[in-house]
Amino acid sequence: MSPTTSAPAIGVVSKKTGVRWIPVIGLEVHCQLKTETKLFCSCRYEFGASPNTLTCPVCTAQPGALPVLNREALALAVRVAGALGADVAARTKFDRKNYFYCDLPKGYQISQYDQPFCTGGGVTLASGKRVRLVRIHLEEDAGKAIHDRGDMTLVDLNRAGVPLIESVTHADMQTSDEAYEYLTALKEILQYVGASDCDMEKGSLRCDVNVSVHPEGEGWRTKVELKNLNSFKNVKDAIEHEIERQIEAYESGDKSKFPVQETRLYDATTQTTRTMRSKEDAHDYRYFPEPDLVPFHLDPAFVEKQRSMLPELPAARRARYQSQFGLSAYDAGVLTSSRALADFFETTVKLSGNPKESANWIANGVLANLSDPAITAKSVDELPFRAHDLAELIELVANQTIHNNVGRTVLRGMFESGKSPRQIVKEQGLEQVSDEGQLESWCREALVGKDKVIADVKAGKTKAVAALMGPVMKASKGSANPQKVQEILLRIIQTEL
Amino acid sequence: MTQSDLDIVKKTAKLARLELGEAEAAKFGEQFGRILHAFEKLAKLDVANVEPMTGATALSDVVRDDRSKPSLARERVLANAPKQDGEYYDVPKTVGGES
Repeated sequence: MSPTTSAPAIGVVSKKTGVRWIPVIGLEVHCQLKTETKLFCSCRYEFGASPNTLTCPVCTAQPGALPVLNREALALAVRVAGALGADVAARTKFDRKNYFYCDLPKGYQISQYDQPFCTGGGVTLASGKRVRLVRIHLEEDAGKAIHDRGDMTLVDLNRAGVPLIESVTHADMQTSDEAYEYLTALKEILQYVGASDCDMEKGSLRCDVNVSVHPEGEGWRTKVELKNLNSFKNVKDAIEHEIERQIEAYESGDKSKFPVQETRLYDATTQTTRTMRSKEDAHDYRYFPEPDLVPFHLDPAFVEKQRSMLPELPAARRARYQSQFGLSAYDAGVLTSSRALADFFETTVKLSGNPKESANWIANGVLANLSDPAITAKSVDELPFRAHDLAELIELVANQTIHNNVGRTVLRGMFESGKSPRQIVKEQGLEQVSDEGQLESWCREALVGKDKVIADVKAGKTKAVAALMGPVMKASKGSANPQKVQEILLRIIQTEL
Repeated sequence: MTQSDLDIVKKTAKLARLELGEAEAAKFGEQFGRILHAFEKLAKLDVANVEPMTGATALSDVVRDDRSKPSLARERVLANAPKQDGEYYDVPKTVGGES
């Protein structure tokens, strides 16, 4: 897709000129906090609610209405700071960011300018590289403007005033993969903490990207801001496209084509970006302290209390699953991808006493079923059975009541009916049959007309008996004990035929 | 009034989406100049030992519990909008936006 190729070292080597270009990438991520009410008023918020049904004098900016900070939003924000290893300020305040747009009823957004509630912190990537945060601040969301219905713009203020935390990274990333990994890790952490759903489709996580490129060994060049990125994949694609676009622009040698400081909108259909506004139109937000709100002190006891409420975070769990349960890094990653899944796994381990099998059945069986369109449940929260049931299934396989393959059928049945494994095994007669008489009659049936196999076995090729296993398993609907079947087949051939 | 006072007024008017005629710009430029001058005087004060304040009260840490109260009925919310369709505020087409 590009005139450039990735090299093992950092940067991108241009095929045209041989120059190694180093991309510089920073991210700004907005996340909606999972509070019951908005940041400065007592309205609820719910994605998809009927338009303009969740507003009040405060969030629609009626004259004289005054904002009051939501204690829980501040608590969640401080908890996030703890999870990201950031420093919580002793004192914080809010400021007005002034601009005009139809989704912003007050004509300003209440945000934080020079005294954000926290600074520093970061996220460590799998490579060990640390993506550092400059700061995280609290602010209110804007409403929603709809432009594609008729000749007017329609405004819904339900979202106006919803609490957001905006986290800004240093320009520490150099590839689209690093940006993708950072976002994934940040999302996991915020979800684990219970601070945000981080659902891009519902707009509860939004990401803007800053990208520039420069030849290796030279100083940083002009950065371009990318907006309108609606999925992590869009973020990755947009960064790749933009790196390529900037390199081509510089290598054209035509200064009029060089990247300028501007905001570009990403179009996912064409996978290209276009200018939204240039530096000349850049807004002057005229920040000043919000006089309607008082300053806030984040005393050490409060901060410590929030920190003590943090769950074990994904990276710590991954490490523990490897050391304590002997899981592979891959399985540990899969099982910790959401807190609900990790919790389900740990409960299953506790009940079954079998970490490896619990990991196998969840990472393969349960997740495969969840991604099957024919299954109603789409996530671990929607499972029609409990960890207790999965532990029972693991036990049934471990004690050879059922064969491993039958276990898969039983799991499918659990997804379809929500019945317990024991009940499914009983109802469908799936219990492994070890009764000699029954097994022998299936074996004798399977041997009919199989002279070639019989001859091979008699000639010493005992492995040839494998060809008879299928028919026996089929006749027994998978319930025959395969080891015993093999023994019986060999015995009959060698002693009777 | 200096040229820079006039420029500040014009820029501020633009940011505030206000249309000013030349005469108005001159008048406000004059007033703006005086206000800015007063602030220049204030800026000369030695406040090294004064705690910065961000509001006119001595209050701090005023928060509320995260408990919802009923929102306003939509008819009431939309009642005073210049134009609305029963569900949305209808405003002149504005594409672009901010965040």
